[in-house]
Amino acid sequence: MAAPRDKFGRPIVVVTGMGVVTSLGAGKTDNWAKLTAGESGIRTISRFPIESLKTTMAGTVDFIPVEPFTSSGLSERLAELATEEALEQSGIGHKGDFPGPLFLAVAPIEVEWPQRMELGRAIGKQEIDYNDMLRVSGGGEFSNYHRRFQLGSVADYLAEKFGTKGSPISLSTACASGATAIQLGVEAIRRGETDIALCVGAEGCVNPEALVRFSLLSALSTQNLPPEAASKPFSKNRDGFVMAEGAGALVLESYEAATARGATILGVVAGCGELTDSFHRTRSSPDGKPIIGCMLKTLADAGMTPEQIDHINAHGTSTPENDKMEYQTTSTVFGERAKQIPVTSNKSMVGHTLSAAGAVEAVFSLLTLEHQRIPPTINYQNPDPTILFNVVGNKARDAKVTAVMSNSFGFGGQNASLILTREPA
Amino acid sequence: MSTTPALKSEPAEVWITGIGLATSLGEGLDANWDALNAKRINVDEKNFAPYVVHPWTPVNLDTQIPKKGDQRQMEAWQRIGTYAAGLALESAGVKGNKDILSRMDMVIAAGGGERDLAVDCSILTTQAKGNAAPGLLNEQLMRGLRPTLFLAQLSNLLAGNIAIVHGVCGTSRTFMGEEAAGVDATRIALARIAAGQSDIALIGGSLNGERKDMLVLYEFGDYNLRDKYAPVWARQQRGGFVMGSAGAFLVIESREHALARGARPFARLTRVVGDHSRRKQAGDVTGTLKKLWSDLGDVAPGGAIITGATGVEPVTSEERSFLADHKDFAIRASGTSFGHLVEAQFPLGIALAAMSISRGALFPPNDSTGFEIEMSKPPTQIVVVAAGHWRGEGMALVEAIR
Repeated sequence: MAAPRDKFGRPIVVVTGMGVVTSLGAGKTDNWAKLTAGESGIRTISRFPIESLKTTMAGTVDFIPVEPFTSSGLSERLAELATEEALEQSGIGHKGDFPGPLFLAVAPIEVEWPQRMELGRAIGKQEIDYNDMLRVSGGGEFSNYHRRFQLGSVADYLAEKFGTKGSPISLSTACASGATAIQLGVEAIRRGETDIALCVGAEGCVNPEALVRFSLLSALSTQNLPPEAASKPFSKNRDGFVMAEGAGALVLESYEAATARGATILGVVAGCGELTDSFHRTRSSPDGKPIIGCMLKTLADAGMTPEQIDHINAHGTSTPENDKMEYQTTSTVFGERAKQIPVTSNKSMVGHTLSAAGAVEAVFSLLTLEHQRIPPTINYQNPDPTILFNVVGNKARDAKVTAVMSNSFGFGGQNASLILTREPA
Repeated sequence: MSTTPALKSEPAEVWITGIGLATSLGEGLDANWDALNAKRINVDEKNFAPYVVHPWTPVNLDTQIPKKGDQRQMEAWQRIGTYAAGLALESAGVKGNKDILSRMDMVIAAGGGERDLAVDCSILTTQAKGNAAPGLLNEQLMRGLRPTLFLAQLSNLLAGNIAIVHGVCGTSRTFMGEEAAGVDATRIALARIAAGQSDIALIGGSLNGERKDMLVLYEFGDYNLRDKYAPVWARQQRGGFVMGSAGAFLVIESREHALARGARPFARLTRVVGDHSRRKQAGDVTGTLKKLWSDLGDVAPGGAIITGATGVEPVTSEERSFLADHKDFAIRASGTSFGHLVEAQFPLGIALAAMSISRGALFPPNDSTGFEIEMSKPPTQIVVVAAGHWRGEGMALVEAIR
């Protein structure tokens, strides 16, 4: 039996419950079956009209009804489903009484168009300005919009439903948010503040304005047909990411507490790290130093060397810039081994779940460790000759996997990495 | 590259060594201190009537955000925050110190960004005129929205801009969730330093209250004070908050780290606690605040409390019931002078507490109801209180360094 503390004397942090929802389906079983079969969850958007849009597909979660639809409402439902699955697996606490804090990665919440249009209709004038909107907003008719569009509303709902303890934290580090939520949980357990934490990432982003915003930044793939071929990480003809929805939830626990209650240990969060890039709001520093530093910090935090990593779950967004930078930086850290370590991007199938991605991909990485099988990067027909990763292209691959590095990079210079292992070191 | 810190067996003492304020009362510590002592309040009752807001006092942005290109990439809330963050770094004496900035933690409490009001109104007007062609919204958004606006709206891009402009790039985390975000940002930054997971951190937030889209969000719940300004404790009948405009930032660091670089501390940040009352029944918030007070440790009688009380009901009355247990304390509502800064209200309270301790005096009451009392002795302990307008409670204990 391993010591309950790591080589730095800190409590070892293990995972005892996981839940996931993506455009592929709800739950680990369904997701893993489709992921390893190389299925895509990307489809033409049917939630709203797609006229005038450059990008018309996304990894929407359409099988979970939210009426009336709001992105924040869908995030809430997805987070709830993933959390229910994670709590059931962990067997911790009692219904509505989770004995630890909540760290929630969630997109910034704003008033959305259907609700703003409802206000517009209430005004009853043909020329509308914001004073008119202010005039009709109060008085209680729209009081439910206040709760719905508070940035803390999703965390509030989860805290109440699952009975998490203390002040629930809603966080955003853009596309690294899911990894940051896990990192905050790991740090709290290492500090001895708690034995257990619930870390969730949720994303319900596909609405017209969100799509337009990313589109105006030229970040999205416009290869709309066929939609399932749009996300093609590490391919020469990749042209942007595909927006997607989903949620991932993990119950983190100190090794000591988990073993004391006889919990099944699904994996270990051996290390986490982050380093900020101050080069540009949306682009990485051309020398890649912040990403390199992020990976090195994560290795140092885990007390591991690059040689001990035998799989990389890449950020792999399928944007020209990300995939190029990710290879450059990985090859700096891993040297020649960057060409040998099997690398995959789950985003080829589920799309980019933005705020949830770090958590969703942590769940997939842990499933990879459990099944000793790496899900493929689909649509890998035309490899980028400058990216020499050993990409697990198109077909799942059986492999001996003991330690996975999962990377997440986001706008605003956010870089975060995790190292997940099967057993305590 | 910093090496992985081993956890400390004894928590490190944490000092507040930098304060950055750019508010409706002015920029810098002296301007804000003088305004507090002169009981000066800056409100605009006209431009947003019937709503009242505290307008930001314009500054020469170039002194903290030298590149015009950077200024253009931000909306007002980010400019205010980035500016105040620069003041805090300057106050701590770490501005431009690449060695320290490159390993500095940053925990920001942020809300959402500003909308393009003209685009919103144009879309709603088109709808009101009966044009309901499918995809019209898409077309209007594609045509109307500026590509860079999105980056000015993203919550984590205040941190992103601070990294770009000031080079704070150790870690970067943005907490959302209204008032509680400010409490949690402070709590987590303190916990990391106390445990040896970090040595130094920049924390804070900013708000631009001169925004009709934000007034709409809070008007849904009838939270905005109408018609006429009144100090927080004098709003009992009407209830409501007045949006403020300010950036409030702090640099906190371990005593050891501060001493090693010869930094002068304002005060000690001893403890930060937070909770999330379900607020189902009358008295829930009062109970949560009492519990948080007991979690603070030893608080001597006759001290001072700086609260971010919103003026919104029923939470403000619940807070008054809690404060009634501490009648010997000199209470100050920061919202009276600065308005409500939502995420940034708690960092502002800590800044005011640290400033009062370092200057050896609590600023005078500014309250027509007599709820706030004079304090003649220099404060050695100040409790900072948060009770969010809808959710989130927190407290901090700020102390003089012994």
